[in-house]
Amino acid sequence: MSSAAGEPTDSWTAAARRQLERRLPWENLLPDRQPFYVGSWVYVFGVVTIAALIWVVLSGVVLAAFGPQWWHLSSAGRFVNSLHFWSVQVFFVFMVLHLWGQYFMASWRQGRAPTWMIGVVTFAVSIVAAFTGYLSQQNFAAQYIAINAKDAVNSTGVGGFFNVLNFGQMYGLHVMLLPIAVIALVFLHIIQVRMRGVVPPIE
Amino acid sequence: MISERSAGQAYQQGVRTIPYDLLKEIAIAMAVSLIVILGLAFFLSSPDVPSVTIQSWAQADPVDFTTTANDELAGTSVTASYGPPYNQGTGSVQSIGPISPQSWAGVHLNVDQPNDFVINPLKQAASNDTQLAGEISTYQAASADQQTKWHDAYATALKDAKVANGAVTVADGDYGPVPAMLARLAQLAQTGALDGLLLSSNHFYQTDYTKPLLFINDGGYIVGLAHDQHLTGNQWGMMNETGLYPGQTWLWLYTLWYQLPPFNQVSYGDLLVVLVMGLLTALLFLVPLIPGLRDIPRWIPIYRLIWRRYYAETKAGR
Amino acid sequence: MDQPAGYLHWGFILISWPNLLVIGLMVVLFGLALVLPFPGHSSSVNEEKKP
Repeated sequence: MSSAAGEPTDSWTAAARRQLERRLPWENLLPDRQPFYVGSWVYVFGVVTIAALIWVVLSGVVLAAFGPQWWHLSSAGRFVNSLHFWSVQVFFVFMVLHLWGQYFMASWRQGRAPTWMIGVVTFAVSIVAAFTGYLSQQNFAAQYIAINAKDAVNSTGVGGFFNVLNFGQMYGLHVMLLPIAVIALVFLHIIQVRMRGVVPPIE
Repeated sequence: MISERSAGQAYQQGVRTIPYDLLKEIAIAMAVSLIVILGLAFFLSSPDVPSVTIQSWAQADPVDFTTTANDELAGTSVTASYGPPYNQGTGSVQSIGPISPQSWAGVHLNVDQPNDFVINPLKQAASNDTQLAGEISTYQAASADQQTKWHDAYATALKDAKVANGAVTVADGDYGPVPAMLARLAQLAQTGALDGLLLSSNHFYQTDYTKPLLFINDGGYIVGLAHDQHLTGNQWGMMNETGLYPGQTWLWLYTLWYQLPPFNQVSYGDLLVVLVMGLLTALLFLVPLIPGLRDIPRWIPIYRLIWRRYYAETKAGR
Repeated sequence: MDQPAGYLHWGFILISWPNLLVIGLMVVLFGLALVLPFPGHSSSVNEEKKP
């Protein structure tokens, strides 16, 4: 293992640092130039999805801070809930537009299959996160969604462990576990793009 | 992989680069999206149709409530005979041939409809009501056959029931103590006590609404309200939202199957849809590896529009 | 806003007008993204010689 003079050759820390420096140098993580073919509005769908996710999370943090009943009882709460509702709509709209764009650009080429795959997983996990959110509303829609969905969930054998009728469980998944999963997946997805760069045009 | 440390240079791998500020881009995206979201929230608000309660149900439709309660006590309601994860029934167990994950998983959320929904709430209400206590004893002392006869006769009579001041009356017949018990249950429901009794049963804190939701599920009231809002399975309900709001448009493919045979005809429709969607999701995941699927972008050349400047420039030999 | 929405019923397709609007908007946005010119440096600006 090559190393600068005096650097230990069996150090995990040094090896990790060298790996990171090789795979993702700062200039690639935060480049200030892009190939000139990154000049289409299709390229903004991904970043708008991220922006929408930021507003989903921030509005969600406020809702969680005041408790699940708040938005039913106060007009400020109702407004924050509306921010959360519409930012979720914007999030999914632009995520799907991003998916369409990346599909027709065949963006998995030249070693970028993992980026695509992480994207699909992120889509699926986001759907589950949204589902638990709809179940956490504590209103008529939440009741009927729970009642209706239980049969499909039960048919897979998962119903005893993921009980859509159990508000506490759905709420905990929604405000904590699933946001962590979505954010982690989006982070990995972005790192993949930065490591490999934007895919070149189809030849 | 882009060449190491080339990202700041004018050319990467022979391709001209342009200045591109990623952080400004995300800042602009955040600002523009915030304005849109603020506008939508301010002008349109968000949906919030209030929940159904056992109380609102029993007040709006005492006959439907009583009919459902009769089935719960008899153990013949949809959820009382459901099967895993709630109980050992078979009424709603889905299987495709030998494949039945629902059966394999077993019962994990024990719900005993006759006792949990009817007997125990009544016993709590009967603590200072000897007549009700007597009726419950009579019922529990009777044989299973006798109980079934009472329930069947009462179910038939309820089809022609009349309502006066929230109370249900039927033609004379041999129903044993069942009508009196259920009338008392309906009273508990209409005063709001049953919502609480189903939820808290012996513990103070509760966040699990399994019992009241299953009870409401077994009646016809909530499904009628859901039908009005197009939320039911065969109305593309999974995609829809209450009121004038957009719903979950991303679930269009999932809910589409429920509108088509065989999914909307077989008893294992849900399991079949889950398997189909699982397969399609796996295919989406594996697109980079699937010939044909990964070649469609070349056959439908939308990319020529996206990268038209690149193709123009490289053709011009610059 | 809590009154049930109107629905378009076409064959076996049953879709709410709000949902149809969202999907229509997505198609329009995608189309616009494909055709609208992206602001940026044209090829005559900042051109450097290929190495």
